Amino acid sequence: MIVAKRKPFDEIKDFLKDYKKVLTAGCGTCVAVCLAGGEKEVSVLNAELDMARRLDNKPIELGAITIERQCDREYLEALDSMVEGYDAVLSLACGAGIQFLAERYPEKPVFPGVDTTFIGVNQDVGWYEERCRSCSSCVLGMTAGICPVTMCAKGLYNGPCGGTNKGSCEISKDQPCAWYMIYERLSKQNRLDNILKITPVQDWQNQKPRTVIQPGYKTSENSAEK
Amino acid sequence: MRLDYPSNIKIIRVPCTGKVDVMHLLRAIQKGADGVYAVGCLEGACHYNEGNLRARERVNHVRRLLEEIGIEGDRVRMYNLSSGEGPTFAAYAREMAENIKMLGPNPLKKH
Ligand code: SF4
Ligand code: SF4
Repeated sequence: MIVAKRKPFDEIKDFLKDYKKVLTAGCGTCVAVCLAGGEKEVSVLNAELDMARRLDNKPIELGAITIERQCDREYLEALDSMVEGYDAVLSLACGAGIQFLAERYPEKPVFPGVDTTFIGVNQDVGWYEERCRSCSSCVLGMTAGICPVTMCAKGLYNGPCGGTNKGSCEISKDQPCAWYMIYERLSKQNRLDNILKITPVQDWQNQKPRTVIQPGYKTSENSAEK
Repeated sequence: MRLDYPSNIKIIRVPCTGKVDVMHLLRAIQKGADGVYAVGCLEGACHYNEGNLRARERVNHVRRLLEEIGIEGDRVRMYNLSSGEGPTFAAYAREMAENIKMLGPNPLKKH
């Protein structure tokens, strides 16, 4: 899932200082699961904003809605009739959701309520760890299911580097060396030959936003964009 | 056992402090309560293992949220005692009432 953190309150309050009627829009998928931008976080943030603005003698009227997914037009539609009545929208979705919302209502100021942080896993309630940097050429098949782009401090596709030190990374004793972990797991699976395979370097140059069209979903419209 | 505790304290019963949510505490202050505190079982003695530890985390979180918006975090507290300790319950109630008296009324009341 996409993991996000709530933005510092002062930053959010500052975004909204000139607005009197704001809609706080949560997203019911990734950011709800990671406890940053779902229905409950919308209520907490609205309660904070309400109290802070009353203390400043600048009361604010706040609306609240949480839709299934802000990165999906189908669900965004539910906001169409609401957004009209507000001066601005505060979105607690990930950066993708916020942009999609902002794009749909280009006349409305849309502000982020969270800092989108990574693609990760849920280790325990409220505890998340990064696992993937969406590099577009996944090497997990050769690396025994351990992502070197994320877990290696240098993001090396081919490793380890000379800094590997008895299982630790050279940046810190507490940071496990990703390529050491890969070696260990591959060796347990009798697949050590994989570590000798060379993965060509990723071409990070001139990166433009990537698009994916799933097989079987091509239309004249979406393939024209490629 | 007849015990005196301040009469301006309103008791809301919950099955376990683990049930107390951030929103409940925040809402109390938002609606004008001068303070709110959770009274749970002793740490290590929760019947649901960690209800009171979770409550403690939430209380601390609400204290930080309040400080962020300019309201004294100490209006929200957590106390722990065992269920047989009536006098301690009353003593904590008095301590909380004293604390609130020192802090004065909820600043939101003026707005
Ligand atoms: S908007 Fe972001 S957080 Fe919400 S469902 Fe889509 S990807 Fe997940
Ligand atoms: S190699 Fe790592 S960053 Fe790239 S897609 Fe696979 S898991 Fe994600």
